[in-house]
Amino acid sequence: MAGGSNAAFYRQLKRYYGFYAGGFLSFVLCIGALEFLGVPHRFLGYLFLFATILFYAGIGFLSKTADVSEYYVAGRRVPALFNGMATGADWMSAASFIGMAGTLYATGYDGLAFVMGWTGGYVLVALLLAPYLRKFGQYTIPDFLGARYGGNIPRLIGVFAAILCSFTYVVAQIYGVGIITSRFTGLEFTIGVFVGLAGILVCSFLGGMKAVTWTQVAQYIVLIVAYMLPVVWLSVKHTGVPIPQISAYTTALPKVSALEREFNDKTTPRGAAEDEVRQIFRDRVADVDARLAGLEAGGVAFLAAEKDKLVARAQELRKDRNAGVKLIDAADRAVREFPANPAAARVAWQQERNAAAARAAPVRAHAEPYVAADEAGRTRAKKNFFALVFCLMVGTAALPHILMRFYTTPSVQEARRSVFWSLFFIVLLYLTAPALAILAKYEIYGSLVGSAFAQLPGWVSNWAAVDRALMSITDINRDGIVQLAEITIDGDLIVLATPEIAGLPYMISGLVAAGGLAAALSTADGLLLTIANALSHDVYYKILAPNAPTTRRLVVSKGLLLVVALIAAYVTLLKPGNILSLVGAAFSLAAAAFFPALVCGIFWKRANRFGAVLGMSLGLGVTLLYMVRTYPFFGINAPLWWDINPISSGVFGVLLGFAGVIVGSLLTPAPSQRLQDLVDYVRYPSIGEKASRAES
Amino acid sequence: MRLTDRHRAHWRRNLRLTTVLLSVWFLLSFVTPWFARELNAFDFIGPLGFYLAAQGALIVYVLIVWYYAHRMNRLDEAFGVQEGGDD
Repeated sequence: MAGGSNAAFYRQLKRYYGFYAGGFLSFVLCIGALEFLGVPHRFLGYLFLFATILFYAGIGFLSKTADVSEYYVAGRRVPALFNGMATGADWMSAASFIGMAGTLYATGYDGLAFVMGWTGGYVLVALLLAPYLRKFGQYTIPDFLGARYGGNIPRLIGVFAAILCSFTYVVAQIYGVGIITSRFTGLEFTIGVFVGLAGILVCSFLGGMKAVTWTQVAQYIVLIVAYMLPVVWLSVKHTGVPIPQISAYTTALPKVSALEREFNDKTTPRGAAEDEVRQIFRDRVADVDARLAGLEAGGVAFLAAEKDKLVARAQELRKDRNAGVKLIDAADRAVREFPANPAAARVAWQQERNAAAARAAPVRAHAEPYVAADEAGRTRAKKNFFALVFCLMVGTAALPHILMRFYTTPSVQEARRSVFWSLFFIVLLYLTAPALAILAKYEIYGSLVGSAFAQLPGWVSNWAAVDRALMSITDINRDGIVQLAEITIDGDLIVLATPEIAGLPYMISGLVAAGGLAAALSTADGLLLTIANALSHDVYYKILAPNAPTTRRLVVSKGLLLVVALIAAYVTLLKPGNILSLVGAAFSLAAAAFFPALVCGIFWKRANRFGAVLGMSLGLGVTLLYMVRTYPFFGINAPLWWDINPISSGVFGVLLGFAGVIVGSLLTPAPSQRLQDLVDYVRYPSIGEKASRAES
Repeated sequence: MRLTDRHRAHWRRNLRLTTVLLSVWFLLSFVTPWFARELNAFDFIGPLGFYLAAQGALIVYVLIVWYYAHRMNRLDEAFGVQEGGDD
């Protein structure tokens, strides 16, 4: 491709997306005008979600293609800047957009493992993988494994791993799509899932990577504006400075820390009130402990006696003329939901105990790393912080849907620049999330705590009315004043409620919903495409039918896309586990399966097929084993190895994977000269035209 | 494929650059967080240990990736292995 046409293409892209950004802004302003005119909020919510989905579908339609190179790698003509934006949208999922700030709100310093892990991984992508994969220049990641190690087995393990981690990840995304659409439009979760799915499919189905790339650029613009705008506003409101990334640390954090100390100090009036509430929770813990001990000793008989007590209480309340309806309802519900057998009782009471114990604990200092009750707990927290950072970083540098994006740039040099732009666009959001967590904390500690229950701020009563699981606030010690220990907040609320906390009009809430949707849709698009490509390109074309004509390859790929999307939607509707554990699993699996074989394949000529097969299967095997044995979801709950949480199970997989590649390769003969030449080929952007056999 | 000395020198420079930059990455990802508690005693836009993990490390990551792209693209041209010659 001539340089001139590339430059013209670049200029054209900049003009299109300039128009698009302007158009989007005027759309938001129009919605604002409609709101001003009194159009109901629900209608505005519909307008926001459907208009953006239609718009993405439009881009998908305009980019429809029947060309193999365009379908798989967007014709390899995506300029670094735009590939950066597309990678950013591909990368930032519902978990980053909605969940991240909430995780940081709840866990303070320890949550920064996600922030560091999900950005630091790009250093590995840039230095160890992207330029070399671009030089290799095929279509998928299993392609590289197949070509570098020879034979179908490394390729097939790669396909299996790519499908496994992408599928786990895509389920989490579709789940996010369902939650956002249902929460902002009032549609049912199931319908929300399918509406979102239609938006995802129309892009990837018509135009493959080409359509997905150009849609993702558009989605990036929506999601970054939607994330930053309310936070900047919040920052101005609290500190008068429009740069939350600085004002949160210089102005809000010291005040938050002072409030934390006050809440934990029983000698101050507010600290004493906090402790009063915590004492009530400590009593509840003691009560549950007594019941658990009784259950161990008395078994079924104890359980029956406990149930009788509840039944008696409910009857007593009914006779009592002064008892309120609510109280009677609660007593009846306690009887109805009473665990049926000792095993169920143990689980339910243990949960009850944990919930009460969490609220009985003193306020966690936001800036303090590795908080725990004792030294052993601190060591465990520290170990897990490092394990998580490691897994997320290595997983970032191994997720096929991200690595695939670097096949789409025009050259190796552009691939290197493109990693820079990707990380730049990603960091914009990741620098904002910790700041938002602090500003939200400042709002809640500083204004909500200490206010009277009779006069709660509007956003609190709104959200508490929507969903008790998102936010609940009860006057536990009955003093009419809000204490921190009386509030429970779900992490997802932080981002969703920021516009209201900042006192912004509803259109901004709609914008945030559209941003969350863009984040989830764009990631789901990239993932579905990865799965369909692994099946259609690596299994169908490369192994089953190498002579298949182009048209048939594309038909197979599109058919598979549809099937995979429907299966993913079906699995999503079963609601398996929470989003964060699904995402964590995907990272660990990708890290263990791909990273050792990919890096050794580029940096170590001696690595051979046996080593790769051994390393990949060992890494993947041990990670899967550890997950199945330790994730509560699978119900085995085996003891942890060195206290490492299941979310970081990739640690063992990556280390064993490297050991497998190295030992396996050294035990068997060196790879053929042809394969070693391939390594040289990928190491240099250009290797000289007249290639001939090398001497060593 | 015949590798010239130029190619080998280019690869050595590439490896050296990669190692140096990976050490910086390692320092900020695994060494400073190790001492986060101690670093929090210093104040730099908030407690230093917290600031480094929330912002400092991220900014340095971006700089590492930018510097690598910039340096390597220059290196390719200096050693004449940039694209456009043969493929």
